[in-house]
Amino acid sequence: MNGQEVAFLILAVIGGLAGLLVVTSRNVVHAALYLVVALASVAGVYLLLAAPFVAFVQVIIYVGAIVVLILFGIMLTRAPVGRRVLDNTLRARVGAFVVGAGVFIMFTVFLGGAFGDERIENQGATATEALGESLFRNYVLPFEAVSVLLLAALIGAIVLARRD
Amino acid sequence: MPLMYPLVFAAFLFSAGVYGVLARRNAVMVLMSIELMLNAVNVNLVAFNAYLRDELVSGQVFALFVIAVAAAEVGIGLAIVLLIFRNRETVNIDEVDLLRW
Amino acid sequence: MTGTVWDIFILLVKVVGVFAALMVTVLLTIWLERRIVAFMQTRVGPNRVGPFGVLQTLADGIKLFFKEDVRPSNADKLLYGVAPVIMMIPAFLAFSVIPFGFAFGSERAQLADLNVGLLFVLAMGSLQVYGIVLAGWASGSNYPLLGAVRSSAQMISYEIAQGLSLVGVFMTAGTLSAAGIVAAQQGDPLLGFIPRWYVIFQFPLFLVFLLSGIAETNRAPFDLPEAESELVGGYHTEYSGVKFALFFLAEYLNIVTVSAVATTAFLGGPDGPAPDFLPWLWPILWFAAKVFFFIFIFIWLRATLPRLRFDRLMDFGWKVLIPVALAWVAVTAVVLVVDVNLPRPVLLGAIGVLLALLLLSFLLPSSDKEKADRTAPGGSTP
Repeated sequence: MNGQEVAFLILAVIGGLAGLLVVTSRNVVHAALYLVVALASVAGVYLLLAAPFVAFVQVIIYVGAIVVLILFGIMLTRAPVGRRVLDNTLRARVGAFVVGAGVFIMFTVFLGGAFGDERIENQGATATEALGESLFRNYVLPFEAVSVLLLAALIGAIVLARRD
Repeated sequence: MPLMYPLVFAAFLFSAGVYGVLARRNAVMVLMSIELMLNAVNVNLVAFNAYLRDELVSGQVFALFVIAVAAAEVGIGLAIVLLIFRNRETVNIDEVDLLRW
Repeated sequence: MTGTVWDIFILLVKVVGVFAALMVTVLLTIWLERRIVAFMQTRVGPNRVGPFGVLQTLADGIKLFFKEDVRPSNADKLLYGVAPVIMMIPAFLAFSVIPFGFAFGSERAQLADLNVGLLFVLAMGSLQVYGIVLAGWASGSNYPLLGAVRSSAQMISYEIAQGLSLVGVFMTAGTLSAAGIVAAQQGDPLLGFIPRWYVIFQFPLFLVFLLSGIAETNRAPFDLPEAESELVGGYHTEYSGVKFALFFLAEYLNIVTVSAVATTAFLGGPDGPAPDFLPWLWPILWFAAKVFFFIFIFIWLRATLPRLRFDRLMDFGWKVLIPVALAWVAVTAVVLVVDVNLPRPVLLGAIGVLLALLLLSFLLPSSDKEKADRTAPGGSTP
């Protein structure tokens, strides 16, 4: 076990715990903050997987904008605190747990069967230049499609949220 | 590092998101669980990109696309939640049943 | 093995050195601000503690340190304490990728040269929103909450303009790394006297960066999150003692960081004429001089301009800064790709001056008729 793997395990444990707390926390604001921790540890995982650009984009957009927007929404809707209002009935939660655990076991078993012995070789960080080349040469059409989608979302959000 | 490490991590985040979507009533909390699931997918994309040493870095490019789509989704989602809150004084998804007659 | 120990030692010395230099700069900035604002308002300013009152900030800090630490009963216990720390740490971290000189012998004058350099600074800036939002929410009181809601809207909006304003720099330099951007701005002066700094070729983006930087650091005239005349103290209303000192420190650290980023991206960083005598010292002096030039601009603006109204602030960010930055990024892209006879920098500079004039025309006083049309929305204020 080398240093990279130890770092990954630490990040994964922190991120996994935070992810679990996101879906179980009684306090909405605390849940949003656990989400920040989970997303930040995912950014750390990107760094370990030699993707620094994606990692910092993750921090800027997810942590810096999306979760702040969610906190904004929580503050504006004065979301109530307490398990009764936040969560479904016990029966629904047990069902959700069964589905979630089933999905986890299924993924782990299937992926373990398919890729159990494979290893990611050590490699240098992806150059931002290579990413840009690929994005604007090979994937320029999806890129344009995403930009149209973002514009549509922007206009849609304004139309929805306007008071008049 | 073994490929299974990021894959299991991603699977765990995804399952936590699945649980959250099904167990939460508050619409904002459901949105947060969806974010967890999207992130799990991104971890997989970046991990396989590193595993396959793709020359086009497709995994990372797709992760960037997913991040952009997530931003759009949260913007629209929160606008809808705010609108529902303004009209119905609630953000619980099971109380938004105007179409169920 | 001795090599690695020596490397770690060098790194530690650099980290501690940068930390100490930052703290001293912050102390100096606070003192300078009080003296300069006092001078501009024909007052005296702090002049008792130490020569010219330089040590006033230190005295204030010691006072705050021994002040009773009050926590409102409604406050969220954990987050109330964590918020100032969240504010502080990114402010320090952001500085770690800034090159503050060229080299000490074989050693770089920079803590870490990240491949994605300035993106890291932007990421740290976006983490700071949390300090403010959490401080406002965790205080469990209305004024801080209002300040937090305002600031999250303001900071997200101006982050876009700030990010876009750096895109043009990335495009011309062809790299995200701070050291790379500084290197791209070196070279023989144009026409013999114009340095190749991006402040000239990217002038509109320089203005956009400066304005959005002021908004990001919550400085006057964009200091709505803490507008004392309407929100008491904004997000830090309920804070006192050490925690308030941390917020105060973070605010001034942010000013230093934004100035340093502006210096790196637009003023050539530590670039400047250097005599042969002590070659490592001159770049650092140039860097410090440029940073303090920006700090002076920050203080000057604070002493001069009144605070904006919140809707005008948002209008300015979304309807002026972002379109200007977007248009300029497009112009830069075209100039970089198209083959022209003129040297590209000259072309960019010329278009830049034109656009800057257009931008400045927004600041001209409007006609009386327009003024009459501009009433506050909702008609609440006369």
